[in-house]
Amino acid sequence: MSPEATGIAPEEAPSQTTPAQPTHPGGSREMTYLEAISDALREEMRRDEAVFCIGEDIGAFGGAFKVTDGFAEEFGAARVLDAPLAENAIIGAAVGAAVEGMRPVCEMQFSDFIACGFDQLVNVAAKLHYRQGLAAPMVVRLPSGGGFSGGPFHSQNPEAWLLQAPGLKVVAPGSPADAKGLLTAAIRDANPVCFLEHKGLYRYLREPVPEGEYVVELGKAQMIREGDELTVIAYGSAVGLATQAVDELEADATVLDLRSLAPLDTEAVLEAARRTGKVLVAHEATRTCGVGAEIAAIVSELAFEHLDAPVRRLTAPNLPIPFSPPLEQAVLPQLADMKEACRELLDY
Amino acid sequence: MSDGDARAIATDRAGGASEPVLTREDRASLLRFMLLMRAAEERGLRLYKQGKVPGSFYDGRGQEAISVGSSFALAPEDRMCILHRDLGAHFVRGVSPERYLANYMGRSGGVTGGKDGNLHFGDPELGCVGMVSMLPDMAPVATGMALAMKMRGERRVAMTYFGEGSTANGQWHEAMNMAGIHRLPVVFVLENNGYAYSTPNELEFAADPVERAESYGFHGVKVDGNDVEAVFEASVEASERARGGGGPTLIGCRTMRMHGHGAHDDMSYVPDGVLESWERRDPIDRYRRHLADHHGFSEQELDEVATAVTEQVAEDARRALDSPMPEPSLASEGLYAEAFRPLGDGVAPWSRWAERKPLRPVNGNGRSPSSEASVSRSAA
Repeated sequence: MSPEATGIAPEEAPSQTTPAQPTHPGGSREMTYLEAISDALREEMRRDEAVFCIGEDIGAFGGAFKVTDGFAEEFGAARVLDAPLAENAIIGAAVGAAVEGMRPVCEMQFSDFIACGFDQLVNVAAKLHYRQGLAAPMVVRLPSGGGFSGGPFHSQNPEAWLLQAPGLKVVAPGSPADAKGLLTAAIRDANPVCFLEHKGLYRYLREPVPEGEYVVELGKAQMIREGDELTVIAYGSAVGLATQAVDELEADATVLDLRSLAPLDTEAVLEAARRTGKVLVAHEATRTCGVGAEIAAIVSELAFEHLDAPVRRLTAPNLPIPFSPPLEQAVLPQLADMKEACRELLDY
Repeated sequence: MSDGDARAIATDRAGGASEPVLTREDRASLLRFMLLMRAAEERGLRLYKQGKVPGSFYDGRGQEAISVGSSFALAPEDRMCILHRDLGAHFVRGVSPERYLANYMGRSGGVTGGKDGNLHFGDPELGCVGMVSMLPDMAPVATGMALAMKMRGERRVAMTYFGEGSTANGQWHEAMNMAGIHRLPVVFVLENNGYAYSTPNELEFAADPVERAESYGFHGVKVDGNDVEAVFEASVEASERARGGGGPTLIGCRTMRMHGHGAHDDMSYVPDGVLESWERRDPIDRYRRHLADHHGFSEQELDEVATAVTEQVAEDARRALDSPMPEPSLASEGLYAEAFRPLGDGVAPWSRWAERKPLRPVNGNGRSPSSEASVSRSAA
């Protein structure tokens, strides 16, 4: 994949100017985004016997992306359960196990396949507490995103589908440390949590990640850069792209990493919008009724008087993600697109 | 019950149980729960016709033997996903007619407090996960409950229902397949009531769904769904098999839906004479005659059971009508759970469960999710 697709070279992982977490007493270790996800899963499975993984090819094979590599040896096949190709059964069984006191972590081999388990997710899991007062503590891991010729069925970013199902929590980490901390919080949460892990970041991002127990609270955005003339609101792969763009432009800009899409940190969004007066929302997912549309609406409704420019969006257009590299790069937001969008708003 | 019964449960047998023992009181209970289901549904239908039930009204008239006979086999720690023709199972497990009727009317005293309607409820305190409209979505969920039980090495069972219409959906296959692969302690109760809404069996499947059980690697049995003791015996055998590690069972119950899919359905698609023929096999009339002919119940005794049910439903309906509508502000509450709360245990009226060993390990590994709830319920 091209560096522009995700924006951040390994040595340029975003430094956190205003870290939300205190320095971790247990020390830290350099990890990729993928290793951080594995680390969180391993820590939680060691801590709590109720935590188990279920998904396709996650046991002996270690998962299509090797997130659970070595898990079957450490935890036994029963807790790293290879499932048949049956996404509704995986998610439905997770609901049943969760209400029985287990903490299932489902892996969709690619986030695209959540479409095959959608009914159990949105009709059973999401509504269970509202309808019945019954908590279903479970996580659905969703390897998402494009940039490597995965084509229309291995490159999607399905968050807007999920955000239309009240009752789900949806998180999308943009850094290895957040991947670990958010996954830990997701496993401990009492609700169904969809965990969007961007495949393009798996082996691309590397940074020091706290060792041992590390929790990042769900529903809290994080400021990656603080500036006064523009706010770029992003999540997932767009965070690195936004950070690189404002750094290269030497812009006096705020970069806000949403981290959680549901619940959304509306306060952080509004604070940044009011302070800077200009907002760009950036994500790799398609445009219509996406997170960008929602943020733009919130900012227009609640911070209109503070705006110095229209809220702008940088997203993929409403198209399937095509296969061939030049076609795919034409669809996915690139670093040049991000810089141009920032420049336009700064000049407005 | 005898001590022998309790020991039989604790014995690790993978095969079928010996003939389950029903005491005289158990048999009266089976009749009472079937009568309770019918009387409560008749009262609910009247409330619907009086305009007190928003939406439509759905009942399981003619199918009472299935939900009562199957759920009667279960222990307190067992778990259920109960469907819309299976009100009797809710009553067996401890839901009152009052809360059922209040739920239909959208009152705050309903099981869901107005959040969901009709039979779309399950009382978490009684070990039930409420159904959704998509069918058979509860089959994968019950399979998951059984997976948790197996992972923890417990001798518990999950039971769920579905109609023959549900067997056409892909999720049915997904659940059967996963349950078969892991030999999970789950009992699937299939109610073939002749129609999926208006679609008859011959347009629903080419191969009998019960016969498909074998191809999933587990037992499928066919029983007369209008014979409450036959359903009960098949359910005991299936749950004993499950407790002993023998895997799932699909119990196919042939019956007839004596009312429309909902109160709005005139059943014009049912050929002449079919309902009349099934009326002669009514499960409640049949069981009443059976108790008189084979178990020495007097007409007076049987009338007393029926009278007590009528009085109970009248009183519960009064209370349900007294239950206020929910405050509109409640609509925005409860989207997310603050903390996990385990399911409680259901009521298990079969005399066999009165004295016995617990089905979950005393010092079980990991969580023992419902021990606290079970203590509080038995104290209540």
